[in-house]
Amino acid sequence: MPLLRSVFAALCLLVVSTSTSADEPVRVTVADAYLEMHTGPGRGYPVDYVIERDESVEILMRRTNWFKVRADNGREGWVRERDMELTLDAYGEPVRFRSVSRSEFITSRWEIGALTGDFGGANIVNAYAGYSLSGNLSVEIGGSQVLGNFSNGYIASANLVHQTWPEWRVSPFFTLGTGVIRTEPKSTLVAAEDRTDQFAQVGAGVRTWLTRRLIFRAEYKSYVIFTSQDENEEIEEWKIGFGFFF
Amino acid sequence: MEDRLRVLFLSGLAIAVSGCSWMPFVGPKQQPTTEPVDGDDRPVQVIEPEVERRDIKSADIDTEDFEVGIFGGIMSVEDFGSNPSYGAKLAYHINETLFVEAGVGRTDTEETSFERLSGAAELLTDEEREYTYYNLSLGINLFPGEAFLGANRAYTQALYVIGGLGSTRFAGDDRFTVNFGVGYRFLVTDSIALHVDFRDHLFDIDILGEEKTVNNLEATLGFSVFF
Repeated sequence: MPLLRSVFAALCLLVVSTSTSADEPVRVTVADAYLEMHTGPGRGYPVDYVIERDESVEILMRRTNWFKVRADNGREGWVRERDMELTLDAYGEPVRFRSVSRSEFITSRWEIGALTGDFGGANIVNAYAGYSLSGNLSVEIGGSQVLGNFSNGYIASANLVHQTWPEWRVSPFFTLGTGVIRTEPKSTLVAAEDRTDQFAQVGAGVRTWLTRRLIFRAEYKSYVIFTSQDENEEIEEWKIGFGFFF
Repeated sequence: MEDRLRVLFLSGLAIAVSGCSWMPFVGPKQQPTTEPVDGDDRPVQVIEPEVERRDIKSADIDTEDFEVGIFGGIMSVEDFGSNPSYGAKLAYHINETLFVEAGVGRTDTEETSFERLSGAAELLTDEEREYTYYNLSLGINLFPGEAFLGANRAYTQALYVIGGLGSTRFAGDDRFTVNFGVGYRFLVTDSIALHVDFRDHLFDIDILGEEKTVNNLEATLGFSVFF
């Protein structure tokens, strides 16, 4: 129940913080023959009102590529971004919205994402966050949960990532990192103890821009785990997933 | 760019015009001008407009691509009975069709019928009977449209299919879990939605002898806010 309460408190906080963000309204004037207003933010929602040329609308909010607008007579509806760009701003200039494109992906600083795949025969679920130091070099931290038949575990890691050709559509990267892995053998095995070991990893992968802030990412990493046993353990990891950049 | 070109053109024109008016005097033969001189000597004034441009920035517009919500319902854990479940989720809408969702949830489980009927020792401790999960899923909005309540009210709605991966802690172990399902989103206002979700959570378990894949079905009602 405390979980539920904190979720509810966070929810209230979010509602309050977003509702106070409205300052002076953004108004645009219709320059095309008319502007179509849909009932919802998607192409499947029907057009239920049109605004004629030279009338103005107030932009209320945005969701993905759709804008919620209010006409002078109070009618509200959703307009797609492409149509909004056929309007004029207060100075009679065509309106341009800064839409997220691949060029923004190349220059972006932050990236977060989630990956899943195979870690030496076990399943792995990973979340990561990265910060770009320059166009090529970035640092990443990640946390993973390993779910295997004989043992489970957690991994915390820090990596340096070098993106050699960031301008390529499918852009390869190379990574080098270290971290700790906690291994918890399954309860059915006798006399097996939990242990925490350090590891080093080296890997390579590709990233590609899909749409808006979404990227696809696939990577391979080779781990050397410095165990307390006589020999180091070597594990190969394959992962795919999605990321977002800011 | 266009303004600069215009300035360049106008100053060029000004020079040409003033040059032309001198021309007759430098020429070898002076003819009495019957025609008025092309262009007069008034200086051509170029006024640079000093209008401050104000682009419409994305920051000026409230963007609501995230959705946070809570849900509650009933979950049937295979062999372990059906019990109330609850949880929370956070979604990010990538575009009008796709969204990603991170969710957490929990339910309690009961004794298996084997435990009840045989009267033998219990398989799990109370703590092991708690079922908690997290997952990361990708959703696809299908069939967007409107729902009508009476003659005067229309609400936007959509059906979505969703599937993803995650982990479940149950019976003293973390288990790699695949989930998939279908949901219905009904928007009360453009920022508040009600959800009905049916989700299947699958994982492998060997607690009752040999390993098998179990289907744990969950039906929930939810409430979410866009921000």
